Amino acid sequence: MSYCRQEGKDRIIFVTKEDHEAPSNAELIADDPNDPYEEQGLILPNGDINWNCPCLGGMASGPCGSQFKEAFSCFHYSQEEVKGSECIDNFRNMQECMQRYPELYPQEEDKASSNSDSASAAPSDNSALSSESDSPPATSEVSSDSTSPPDVQTAS
Amino acid sequence: MLTCRSVWRKLAPLARPSSAVCRQSARRAGLNNGRIPTCVPAAHMSTGPAGGGADNVKYALMVGAACIGGLTYAYLTVKGDQQRYQERITEIASRSSKTATEEPAPIQSEPPAAEVAETEAVSEPEPEAAPSPEEPSPPAPEEEVLSPEAEAAAPSETTAPPPADEPAVEAAPEEAAAPPAAPVVEEEASPPSEPSPAELTEPPPAPVVESEPAAAAEPAAAESPEPQPEVVAESVDSTPASLKVPSHAPYLLIGGGTASFAAARSIRARDPGARVLIVTDELDLPYMRPPLSKELWFSDDPSVTETLRFKQWNGKERSIYFQPSSFYVNPEELDRAENGGVAVLTGKKVVHMDVRGNKVKLDDDSEISYDKCLIATGGVPRNLQVIERAGEEVMKKTTLFRKVEDFKELDKVSRSIKSITIIGGGFLGSELACALGRRSAESDLEVVQMFPEKGNMGKVLPEYLSNWTTEKVKREGVKIISEALVKSVTCKDDKLEIQLKDGRSVTTDHIVAAVGLEPNVDLAKSAGLEVDSDFGGFRVNAELQARSNIWVAGDAACFYDIRLGRRRVEHHDHAVVSGRLAGENMSGASKPYWHQSMFWSDLGPDVGYEAIGIVDSSLPTVGVFAKATANDTPRAATEKSGTGIRSESETEDTAMSPVASVTPALPVNHKDEYGKGVIFYLRDKVVVGIILWNVFNRMPIARKIIKDGEEHADLNEVAKLFNIHED
Repeated sequence: MSYCRQEGKDRIIFVTKEDHEAPSNAELIADDPNDPYEEQGLILPNGDINWNCPCLGGMASGPCGSQFKEAFSCFHYSQEEVKGSECIDNFRNMQECMQRYPELYPQEEDKASSNSDSASAAPSDNSALSSESDSPPATSEVSSDSTSPPDVQTAS
Repeated sequence: MLTCRSVWRKLAPLARPSSAVCRQSARRAGLNNGRIPTCVPAAHMSTGPAGGGADNVKYALMVGAACIGGLTYAYLTVKGDQQRYQERITEIASRSSKTATEEPAPIQSEPPAAEVAETEAVSEPEPEAAPSPEEPSPPAPEEEVLSPEAEAAAPSETTAPPPADEPAVEAAPEEAAAPPAAPVVEEEASPPSEPSPAELTEPPPAPVVESEPAAAAEPAAAESPEPQPEVVAESVDSTPASLKVPSHAPYLLIGGGTASFAAARSIRARDPGARVLIVTDELDLPYMRPPLSKELWFSDDPSVTETLRFKQWNGKERSIYFQPSSFYVNPEELDRAENGGVAVLTGKKVVHMDVRGNKVKLDDDSEISYDKCLIATGGVPRNLQVIERAGEEVMKKTTLFRKVEDFKELDKVSRSIKSITIIGGGFLGSELACALGRRSAESDLEVVQMFPEKGNMGKVLPEYLSNWTTEKVKREGVKIISEALVKSVTCKDDKLEIQLKDGRSVTTDHIVAAVGLEPNVDLAKSAGLEVDSDFGGFRVNAELQARSNIWVAGDAACFYDIRLGRRRVEHHDHAVVSGRLAGENMSGASKPYWHQSMFWSDLGPDVGYEAIGIVDSSLPTVGVFAKATANDTPRAATEKSGTGIRSESETEDTAMSPVASVTPALPVNHKDEYGKGVIFYLRDKVVVGIILWNVFNRMPIARKIIKDGEEHADLNEVAKLFNIHED
């Protein structure tokens, strides 16, 4: 049974598991997915990529940012049967750029060579700088197809 | 002193030729004495044995005339130089800033210039890059030039072109400021050579000797006009360690902390090829602050004060620095970088802001103009007045904790003392107390924490929770002195004695004052920006704008929150959120502050919470708690989710040492045990703040409730949304 106490202006309620079993009847306002004020996930309502998504970490803003944007955009808009197959050059440019900054983009050979991966490693400040967003931050592992939300596991 | 040295340097190369000259003339005199005076001008031919005397007289006359001539010439030169210098300065002042064209070549062709330039370089350690490389080569040719008098004309010719070349020379370093020093110097050098063939008609050695004193007089004259151009020249830091200051930055971010970095990233993400310049008076690159009072203290690594790396709870290590230095571009290369970049100018403080002219002035007098500017100056720790007035002995034993150096210093101090007292019972004070208390278990350090409230976090948590928390902090090894108001602090026998107003006193070795943050609004005056009188900080609108091209973010911003009203927030996530928002708005968006930032704290292994919104203990609260089990601790929560640092991603923080043993289940008497739950803070029946007490990964729900801003009749129903009984 729940137990209630009042201490001055503060109210204290203790509840058991059973007390909270019944679904809540608190009303929440429905969210507008197109609310311009809201923080957006990786893909904006109009289909564009949100380069400022915390999930990307510093990928779009670092020294290889422009190469990353080109590669990922190409992949995102690719209509080929094998998605992104025409983007090999872009990904190669990106990889070459990233190899110049091993400190920022720790190299994982097998992942980096894979065409469908958007990034081999997000910079380590991912979690530090990612503000809470409704799309959970990307992992330091593969962030695969852009449509599937990345894992909850944060990058280091 | 430097003048003497420089004068000597000038004289030294010529001392040899002049001494040779002296020797030669002495020899000549000697020779003449013994010789038939056939090589002597007819007027003195009649002298025989007395010819030696006549020769001496002749020689004396020569020297005398030369002296007079030299002095006259020196006087005229100095006069002319002053005049020329004035003309020069007025011309420079009227000249608009030229673009930089690197032309060190013309400078190289001016040997005399180099000597005087060398003088300048000697007295100013960090002046123009242009003259300094030329120093080695010119002094060598200089000597050759000056000893044979025939070539005295040559330098004058080469220095004549310099006035024409000067515009190019001036433009050579990026700063238009630095060049004036060089050309002025060169100009002053040219006169010595020019008149020398013209005025002096005596035998060759004399003018050489005399030009030296004249040149020696030069530095003296040059010294006085020098301070002005040199002060300007200082802005061009050519030493390898220091950086050149760019003259323009499209995006200028003042302050190098969390908000600034978040803005830089946001700008770069949205504006391709953006050039962002961060100016900070700290020497460190942007770093995150929370680990300084938490994780870094729990590290097993003895070199943690150097590496500044900490282990997140998921085992992964990272540095407090947001990015390693390879991420950033050099400030002097920012203009040329193909795809733009972020440059950080460390060790420079912005002292003046000219909003009308869209430029700022640094503490080294250089100026940077901008298109868009962000002020993210953060704040400075407050101090207690009693400590400030207590004198230097006390101040030396007091730490105001904020930066990396403070962490390093405190770590060092805490290892060597017996007792430390933390004044302040808020986030920082309590976290440090817990961290040091943990350390006291291994060493025999006494940790005392004192504050005016009744319990830890007394201004944040409702009283019952604050008291409960205080008990937990005591278990971390901290001696708590609550309801303590400091009356005075004195230094006795190398120990500090803190007198409280109620008569109690505490003797300790070191004090950490964690009594709040004073937002840094130094620029408000020169910029003409509004400062908020209620909350402090720069007053900005909901879009963080102070003026059409000036934004403020982070601790220093007093902004309008559409949901919660005007406020100023001093938390890490707020710095990230507001910095990112400011960056977005600087690159074209017009978004108000909408995504509510959160904050978190951990006080020992039993107490961890995340919070959002206005969490003020003076508001009425409703707390809904569940019966606690052993699984309801921060550590257990993290182990389950496997996540790392708890920041906005609501994962667990490493407040607890990985070595800490598993805590036993909390006592059965759950009436007084607040194991886990949700606390709502109400203002006019609307929930404006929520604390998730030992309940994790549910921040989005809390954010939603605050965003709605609805009046809920039964908060227990709202609490159901959080599923507090589950993990």
